[in-house]
Amino acid sequence: MVETAIELRSISKAFGPVQANRNVSLTVTKGSIHGIVGENGAGKSTLMSILYGFYEADSGDILVRGAPVSIRNSNDAIAAGIGMVHQHFMLVDPFTVLENVMLGAESGPLLSESLRAARSELERLEREYGLHVPLDEVVGDLPVGQQQRVEILKALYRGAEILILDEPTGVLTPQETDQLFEILKALKGQGVTIILITHKLREIMAITDQVSIMRGGEMVAHRPTAETNREELAELMVGRKVRLDLDKAPAAPREAVLAVDHLTYTDAKGVPRLKDINFAVHAGEIVGIAGVSGNGQSELLEVLAGILPPGEGTVRLGPVTATADDPGDPEQRRANGIAHVPEDRQRLGLIGKFSAEESAILGYHNDNAYLSGPLIDRAAVRADCEKMMRDFDVRPPDPTLQSSKFSGGNQQKLILAREMEKNPDILLVGQPTRGVDIGAIEFIHRQIVAMRDAGSAVLLVSVELDEVMSLSDRIIVMCGGRIIGEVPAAEADARMLGLMMTGIPREEAKKSAGNAQVPA
Amino acid sequence: MSNAPRITLPAWIDVGVIPLLNILMALVAAGLVILVIGEDPLQAVQVMIQGAVGYDEGIGYTLYYTTNFIFTGLAVSMAFHAGLFNIGGEGQAYFGGLGIGLVVLALDGFAPGFLIVPLAIAGGALFGAGWAFIPAYLQAYRGSHIVITTIMFNFIAAALMVYLLAGVMREGGNMSPETREFADAAFLPFMHEVFAWFGVTITRTPLNLSLAWALVCCVLVYLFIWRTRWGYELRTVGQSERAAVYAGISPPRIVLMAMCLSGALAGFVGVNELLGVQHRLLLNFSSGYGFTGIAVALMGRNHPIGIVLASLLFGLLYQGGAELAFEMPTITKEMVVALQGLVILFSGALAYMSRPWVERIYLLARGGSVRKGA
Repeated sequence: MVETAIELRSISKAFGPVQANRNVSLTVTKGSIHGIVGENGAGKSTLMSILYGFYEADSGDILVRGAPVSIRNSNDAIAAGIGMVHQHFMLVDPFTVLENVMLGAESGPLLSESLRAARSELERLEREYGLHVPLDEVVGDLPVGQQQRVEILKALYRGAEILILDEPTGVLTPQETDQLFEILKALKGQGVTIILITHKLREIMAITDQVSIMRGGEMVAHRPTAETNREELAELMVGRKVRLDLDKAPAAPREAVLAVDHLTYTDAKGVPRLKDINFAVHAGEIVGIAGVSGNGQSELLEVLAGILPPGEGTVRLGPVTATADDPGDPEQRRANGIAHVPEDRQRLGLIGKFSAEESAILGYHNDNAYLSGPLIDRAAVRADCEKMMRDFDVRPPDPTLQSSKFSGGNQQKLILAREMEKNPDILLVGQPTRGVDIGAIEFIHRQIVAMRDAGSAVLLVSVELDEVMSLSDRIIVMCGGRIIGEVPAAEADARMLGLMMTGIPREEAKKSAGNAQVPA
Repeated sequence: MSNAPRITLPAWIDVGVIPLLNILMALVAAGLVILVIGEDPLQAVQVMIQGAVGYDEGIGYTLYYTTNFIFTGLAVSMAFHAGLFNIGGEGQAYFGGLGIGLVVLALDGFAPGFLIVPLAIAGGALFGAGWAFIPAYLQAYRGSHIVITTIMFNFIAAALMVYLLAGVMREGGNMSPETREFADAAFLPFMHEVFAWFGVTITRTPLNLSLAWALVCCVLVYLFIWRTRWGYELRTVGQSERAAVYAGISPPRIVLMAMCLSGALAGFVGVNELLGVQHRLLLNFSSGYGFTGIAVALMGRNHPIGIVLASLLFGLLYQGGAELAFEMPTITKEMVVALQGLVILFSGALAYMSRPWVERIYLLARGGSVRKGA
């Protein structure tokens, strides 16, 4: 008889008229790694929040190790042995690892005693699980992968036997992901139960024992991982057949329309973000920039888009030449056929409080087509927004709906529609599918390829390596503000790119990636 | 998801029921205070309402106060839509008055009224905008916080006006710190005069044509903020500066524009007070209208229609309060200020306090009716 760690019975939760969870049941075996997949809004996060005590379920029962428990807040969850590692770390940056782990679990009024006790306990945990983190380092100085380990240690320190990880690999390099998976396997070996929430089907297949699929607030299927595959999971998540592989004709690059020459950029704090960047993008090709988040890709995109001024060097985009003395601005870029789909959709790409039609003219609000005299021509704006919604299948197709009320995928489709509708010569795209549902990803990718085929030069920045690899014709890898190397898409593999993303030059990366015996 | 999505309530609850509930709570709290000092709260309310809207003269005064609140409320909301908290309405109104005074004093010896009045209004706008421009510039290009600088500028304006009115601008031989009276040509007609042109007789009150100008400003502000591309840019900056930069909008320029318009609107208080009523430039004519404008804008949800309604309420409180202090001697002027403060507290600062309860009742009522229907 297998022991169950957690059993959820008919959990329901509604937020006003929205039924976030409907009769959800889930059984997680002790000492297993259990994956939960589903699109955004499928109810995964709500379910886990109920389990961790952020929300209370409207109805249904939670059983931990066979006994019913009532979890009203995170203290109850911790008492029941449940720990959570959030997607966005809950760490105090200027504190040391030790202080962070101890935070909220201090005993007695004097810190020194708690610190001593915590140190010996943590050393034991580190030995037992192979979770090595320098205890006296300041958390803010650690790489993300190590910060995540601190989160895991925090949970274990509080006696967690059941660990919930919410999208843990979103910020990690492929190598860090491998290391995380090693840790998870070690934890599993020690009898810890792990619930893994992710949208990356590859990871589900790589590490879980069981997988549960949610859709529209309901649990639609449970599968032993060994008996399923990515295609089936995707179909269960979306509710229809999905093509995971992008089919695209080889590129037919023409003249270079975007050329970056010895570009540097130093931010307001004096930190150099871009160092001697040189590359070109030709009309009719997609160039992807791969890199771990925070290695200069965002700054590069913003310099190209005219949001940030170049430090040194020049940037030539079609008819525009930007230098430190003459940086231009986003309006000038738009006027010259350069469109920009920003990385931060919520904060840059649209205005949450504006209606969809108002967001649909953001950046183009001075176009004569949208104006009549001093006033904005509402009818023209609405008609254009309706057209965008039709062409890009934005749902619901309601131009008056507040922008923030659309799902991430539909917001992104609206932004893409706005930027692509102008038939730009150069399209700058940042994180086109971050937080976007699988169904919409497929659509967005096809639109980007169509843009290329129509003769545009596309520069793609994405932290999703899969995305860069499937969309790009050439891949440029960045690390620490430099270009590490360039790889034609046909020769790229995830391991090699992953190594390059940590700063290892191409030839070396290729060699060591070839030696390693881990599937991409 | 870090927090539960808020429930969207129907508009009539959001802009109707909740504000009324807030005012009711304020009245209950005020009633308790009146009870404590040994007066009858019901009688006090009756006196206030009677005093504010019970008779011609009361209505006239109420609307006269309302006019000032519309100007300052619009001023605060204009800045607010750009994400700026303009606490300097008071100083901008005061300084705007200086502009009006200078124009009139310079022209009223020879120019006709139809020329002086529009120029004076423009002068008020220009000086109000000018007084807002300096803090706006400091915010936009030097990063000095607008809340701090606009507060400071209220004091500077007050000191400057004392200097001017007690010194260089004072009428020779006059003991009070004020200028000479404007010539008749520069007077805005009183409403009782306007009505008299049409043969209707109404009581003499300070209410004058400025009310019409205030309502015109409401329409213009609405059109500007929601229908023009400048208003679009202004709202974009107010929502997200980074998105504005992405869209090719220059936030510093918008900060300057929004604050100048805000200051100009505040400057119109002088139109009502100086051209309409006092007919001279005098000390402290702005007497707190600029500050109350913040509460008016908050309560009116920064929308012109809401601002008109909130201004009416505050006009009513001012006039009714004055009447109350007169009729019930135990209720002093300070007491009336405290009562107005309670209304500001409940409908401004605590505006959302009652929302969770209303939400619950609404859901309960709706859930109940759904069950009945099924």
